[in-house]
Amino acid sequence: MSVRAVDAPTTSTLARRIGLERTVTLVARLREVGILLVLLATVVVVGIQAPLFFSVSNFEQILLNVSLIAIVVVGQTTVVLTRNVDLSVGSVVGLVAFATGDLLKEHSLGVAGAIAVGCVLGIGLGALNGLIITVGRVPAIVATLGTLYVYRGIDFLIAGGKQVSAIDLPRSYLGIASSSVAGIPTLILAAAVIALVAAYLLRNSGIGRQLYAIGSNPAAAEVVGIPSQRLIFGSFVVCGLLAGVAGVLWGSRFGSVNALAASGLELQVIAAVVVGGVNIFGGSGTVIGAVLGAVLLATIQNALLILHLSEFWLLAIDGAVILLAVTADAAIRGYFQRILMRTGRR
Amino acid sequence: MTADTAPVLELNGISKRFGAVQALTNVDLNLFAGEVHALVGENGAGKSTLVKILAGVHQPDAGRIRLNGNDLVLSGPAAARNLGIAVIHQQPNLFPDLDVAENVFVGRLPRSRFGRVDWRELRRRADGIFASLGVKQRVSVPVRGLSVADQQMVEIAKALSLDARVLVMDEPTASLSTNEVERLFTIMRQLRQRGVAVLFVDHRMDEVFEISDRISVLRDGRHVITSPVSELTPADAIRHMVGRQLDSLFPKEEASIGDVALEVRGLTRRGVFSDVSFQVRRGEILGLAGLVGAGRTEIARVLFGIDHADGGEVLVSGRPVAIERPADAMRLGIVYVPEDRHEHGLVLDFSIAANISLPIVAKLSRFLVVDQSREEALADAYRKQLQIRAMSVEQSASGLSGGNQQKVVIAKWLATSPKVLLLDEPTHGIDIGAKAEVHRLISQLAVRGLAIVLISSELPELLGMADRVLVLHEGRVAADFGRAELSQERIMAAATGQGER
Repeated sequence: MSVRAVDAPTTSTLARRIGLERTVTLVARLREVGILLVLLATVVVVGIQAPLFFSVSNFEQILLNVSLIAIVVVGQTTVVLTRNVDLSVGSVVGLVAFATGDLLKEHSLGVAGAIAVGCVLGIGLGALNGLIITVGRVPAIVATLGTLYVYRGIDFLIAGGKQVSAIDLPRSYLGIASSSVAGIPTLILAAAVIALVAAYLLRNSGIGRQLYAIGSNPAAAEVVGIPSQRLIFGSFVVCGLLAGVAGVLWGSRFGSVNALAASGLELQVIAAVVVGGVNIFGGSGTVIGAVLGAVLLATIQNALLILHLSEFWLLAIDGAVILLAVTADAAIRGYFQRILMRTGRR
Repeated sequence: MTADTAPVLELNGISKRFGAVQALTNVDLNLFAGEVHALVGENGAGKSTLVKILAGVHQPDAGRIRLNGNDLVLSGPAAARNLGIAVIHQQPNLFPDLDVAENVFVGRLPRSRFGRVDWRELRRRADGIFASLGVKQRVSVPVRGLSVADQQMVEIAKALSLDARVLVMDEPTASLSTNEVERLFTIMRQLRQRGVAVLFVDHRMDEVFEISDRISVLRDGRHVITSPVSELTPADAIRHMVGRQLDSLFPKEEASIGDVALEVRGLTRRGVFSDVSFQVRRGEILGLAGLVGAGRTEIARVLFGIDHADGGEVLVSGRPVAIERPADAMRLGIVYVPEDRHEHGLVLDFSIAANISLPIVAKLSRFLVVDQSREEALADAYRKQLQIRAMSVEQSASGLSGGNQQKVVIAKWLATSPKVLLLDEPTHGIDIGAKAEVHRLISQLAVRGLAIVLISSELPELLGMADRVLVLHEGRVAADFGRAELSQERIMAAATGQGER
């Protein structure tokens, strides 16, 4: 090899060359870019193995499956940023889904009315979580573990083994999920709009920044006079509302709802949030990252189905992806922090 | 600073009590616009309590605080901040995930229309503040990763953005390098020029005399003197800081000094302490003096295997040993009684007996089950021997007084029949009567042939108890005094970097 050897720039000299500031923003973006890269790699690899995967209708299917989870993921991100967690979201989705279906079936409430009731119910359930946590001073993980069972229990009480089927539901309600606007399915559009609005507000509103501050250093937030408890309460209300929205759309999408609808959803949601680069201890991460995390997990699931892998592999690989994402995230962050320390100190 | 102007901040008769400990008694202090005012005193003199009162963290039990002549109540940190009193605690209190500009203006971010955060304006204002300080600092990097010195600058910028008239800093130089200290002092002079009243706590006499206009000394929670720096020498300041009375102490009984039990040669833990050497003999009490952060506790932690040394040797009974973890230390007969009884020493929910038997619970067990009667007999023996005042050894440790809790912790370690006892501030926060009893106990243990390392911030305690005193200053041995050479002034001079050698 006669080519003159060029010193590969180490990351720290690289950091100095392109400027500390840009490196840092790059690292921050890198987390989302990283998920996108993994997503692309998955698509390419699976696409070569099974050309069926590459169809437009399959991608649309993946996004449709993701859209409801994504709406809940947005709410969950809001909560996790404040160093809290909401384990009850699956039960809220299920309860709201059943209540909405039941109202449409048994009472002639009208679609608009049912949607409104679903949203208000979501807000109420979220507010109850928020009250237990901020006024009752119960740790969020314990409080929402409790309400996970309580909300599901109420669901069972009112469902009582009954089921709402597609024939019981008005056509206009079922039409929401199958409709599209300008060629894009309404559900995907709704999820995208919700995610973008939330991302914008968390980044650019005063309240959004305060949510990050609370999660980053709760004690300092108190000193600065940020109304932490009120904002944490608010984040649980938002999370409840979005779970309610997802619940309303649930029946429309799947046509039938029983008392077990959306059980276990909370774990998928939290997995997406963590894979999406949101720090489980609050303070950093973005809604866009979390939604991308949800898309990645759904894509992998879809790929495994298309590749005809057994159910066992499905769960195991899901788990592996979560562990990998979180470990890689911690490693990357630790690495860049050390570089920052070194360059920052001059 | 001119004498005829009224003070910005006046403290009058401030008192504060925590449980049995009177932290502050009737303290008066005035701060003028445009002065740098140093607050000095021994460990536990009440400096931090005073700072926390100004920060609104603690509320005084008595006394009044006046700002620009108006009475005020500092009901909480936010209240102090809104009134223009900015406090920078020892550890900067920032948001690591947010960038520098956001940290400066957190809670008060500039908004454009529709309440959107105006990032450009935010950066511009933050840049402006740093520029006015003459500090180069990129404002769009996250605070995570900044050095402590840079984080302090962010805190100072925050104070200026709030237009603070009073800036209080608790040991701002404690973790800074020499260059960083110089930069901080340049900034402090600038603040003085702008008419800010700067109050800062410091331990290093040379720094205090370099930067301050006036010095106030606290001792045992009382205000001793406030004087312009020109009318005071470092030796005077030290004399005011010490000079506690030596009564009400139990002097050490004569113990026969035996072989070397523990020897340390050139022990170093990078960035914490370096090249520390000493010997302790059986029956001897070696005092470790020094200010908070001088490395005393850190040495004990290394000897007990909690932290690890980067260099140097430890010898037990003349043989070099490796102490990787506390279990190794205990096997070698070294035990450590930490300063914070609640956090490290005692399981409050356990009974006295269960606490005492904790380190040797395996020995008291038969088939994995603790032999209750043996446990109780052991605990009862120690209760009598150490005169632990309790109804029974089955009583829970949480109900005991501080002094009796300390005795339980000591009993717990005595149960392992140790050879070397490392005691970290054993009488901290316990009342005077109990103190004397703990002193008597320590003295008896030495008579029984234990080698004792006594870490203490109370000079009279060291003077009364120790056979020799090693004084640490910033991680190095600054002085080694035999009993005959001991005086409070000499120890404090060495501890504040005014050593004779």
